[in-house]
Amino acid sequence: MTIVVVMEQVPDVVEELVIAPSGTDLDRDAVSYVINEYDDHALEEALLLAEATGDEVVAVGIDTTGELDQALYTALAKGARRAIKVTGDFEGAWLSTRAAAQLLVPVIKELDPRLVLTGVQAPDDLDGQLAPTLSALLGWPHASVVISSEIADGVVRARKELWAGITMTLELELPAVLGVQAARQAPRYVPISRVRQVMREASIETREVEPVGDLAPSLMRLRFPAETSQAEMLTGNASEIADRLIELLRARGLL
Amino acid sequence: MDPKVQKVAEVWERDTAIVEGVDISGPWNRMFGQRVIWDYTPDLIQEIAQLPGAESFAWCYQCGKCVPVCPVDVVGDYGPRKLYRRAQTGINLLESPDLWLCTTCANCLRVCPKQVDMVQIMPAAREQAMLTGRAIPAELQEALENTAKYGNPLGQPARKREAWVKEAGVPVPILHQIQRPVEWLWWVECYPSYHPRGIDASIALARIFHALGLDFAILGREEKCAGDSQRLAGERGLFEMLAEENIRTLSKYEFQHIVVTDPHALNAFRKHYPKLGGQYDVWHYTTLLARELPRLQPLLTRSLPYRVTFHDPCYLGRHNGEYDAPRLLLQALPGVEFVEMLRCRENSYCCGGGGGGMWLDSFAAGHQRRRLSEERVLEAASTGADTLVVCCPYEVSRFEDAVKSTGVEGRLRVRDIAELLAEAMGLIGEGTA
Ligand code: SF4
Ligand code: SF4
Repeated sequence: MTIVVVMEQVPDVVEELVIAPSGTDLDRDAVSYVINEYDDHALEEALLLAEATGDEVVAVGIDTTGELDQALYTALAKGARRAIKVTGDFEGAWLSTRAAAQLLVPVIKELDPRLVLTGVQAPDDLDGQLAPTLSALLGWPHASVVISSEIADGVVRARKELWAGITMTLELELPAVLGVQAARQAPRYVPISRVRQVMREASIETREVEPVGDLAPSLMRLRFPAETSQAEMLTGNASEIADRLIELLRARGLL
Repeated sequence: MDPKVQKVAEVWERDTAIVEGVDISGPWNRMFGQRVIWDYTPDLIQEIAQLPGAESFAWCYQCGKCVPVCPVDVVGDYGPRKLYRRAQTGINLLESPDLWLCTTCANCLRVCPKQVDMVQIMPAAREQAMLTGRAIPAELQEALENTAKYGNPLGQPARKREAWVKEAGVPVPILHQIQRPVEWLWWVECYPSYHPRGIDASIALARIFHALGLDFAILGREEKCAGDSQRLAGERGLFEMLAEENIRTLSKYEFQHIVVTDPHALNAFRKHYPKLGGQYDVWHYTTLLARELPRLQPLLTRSLPYRVTFHDPCYLGRHNGEYDAPRLLLQALPGVEFVEMLRCRENSYCCGGGGGGMWLDSFAAGHQRRRLSEERVLEAASTGADTLVVCCPYEVSRFEDAVKSTGVEGRLRVRDIAELLAEAMGLIGEGTA
């Protein structure tokens, strides 16, 4: 049986981000992409599940960057059996989460999996809507902020984080969708020689789709958040620092 | 019990043992019941020795010469003889912490009559562990992932690699900007480009090159880690990827020689890039500066009141045979008194950073009485030196941490040879750049 992992590439924020002259996009030539770190955890969790059950993991992604192959080959090298990229005319487009979900649903249906995993959120999906939207469109049950899972007796048991260290375990009927916060263990390392071997031997399947332009948000202006305040480092010995601290609190009427 | 892991059949111990009238009773008179020789299988030795490059693992005849010279054994329980013996008695190297403790310092190879070569065995075994999905220490994983993503193990943006140049105070030409041939391409490497103390040494070296009128330039943001330590940590594929990219970048520019800051880069360029099509005339900066001594000497005008000792980097000394150049430079420094440590030159101790050790610091520390860097710093302090001089970018940060953790702070400073030279030339102040 099949477990689908939905993966997305996002701009690497370690590198400096540059806004394009148009003002509505990042300078895509200057951006480098990394896999969304939660998706990396979703992949790890899927591989752990599959190791226990003998399921087949299929990595699926929408190639909005033109560079998704690298991430999919890495997924194959780590143990995914197949990799599929959804391609289309996405040049310079910002897919909304809703549009992404809509493009993914036919591919997921075709694969007929018993479980779909994806990262709980992404830099372009900070409210974590992808997993719930997929679940709504597919009509399958869903859990998000998942930190471990197990398939047994025809259900998936997903432990999810609530708050203040409290967790809850849900039992979902299969098929189901999980938004993964963290895998049970840190995502595994795969040596580059394995990735390169996979690049020579395996291939990535492609599904060409029509763009869903009307679902993409129209962007008016992109800008860096204005810097509103700066941290001030208090230096000196302990009593000087304490004096300064009291002074600052007084100045703000807090003392 | 699996006969492979069953230790002994019986133990005999006499309550009293008297030999020629002397009572030598004690646990040292213990005897173990013999096991027939076929209780030991060669399987786990073969599992390593069948890996390409690791054949010599099986050649060990247990003479034990390697153990006392192994820097890891000095602070722990290690050495090729022991690894062989452990494999023989059922411990799988691929699953043991031992796999990650060797720094590939090559001191065992120097004395081994059978040429058991850990410098080749370790990368092969580590690669096998990675390929068979065994977990690798998290700190190493992070460094390898960073190198693959950003071209440096520190996880710094590629574009910042040339940022230090602005602080150099002298022109440091960057090839993609100047677009002209140069005599010397200076391969700066990662720690000298990003680490604050590495940058101090880079600034000092830039000023020295400038004062000598050397025609040099750097690659800046186009340079990626030379990758040698990642290779030794088991990531041959990552090494090849980096080497291919670096060779491609180098082929765009005209230069006559490469001067490297980092002995690990020296090792990569000399021994491993040629196999991938990159042939260069490569020099370590101490070798170059020693050659330039006739021109350098008159510029060394300030007397430095230091008593110094010198740590031979494994990858400059034992691996590439350069022991004299750094010493010639130190002896040329006016006012400086130079003392050797007991373990020096061919028998130099190891800082612990080689072979991936740079990214296994906490892991290794968990398996040793003290860090190799701490052992070395204590040895340096015991000579009465006030300055430990280094010429490998891994060492400044390792030894400075060790100076703090061993409590010799205030008695011993760690400085790059370039910093001392630049100070004697009046190019930097006392201390750092
Ligand atoms: S010196 Fe060589 S042969 Fe002797 S014990 Fe060590 S590895 Fe074996
Ligand atoms: S290479 Fe160095 S650290 Fe490794 S076993 Fe030999 S002596 Fe020990």
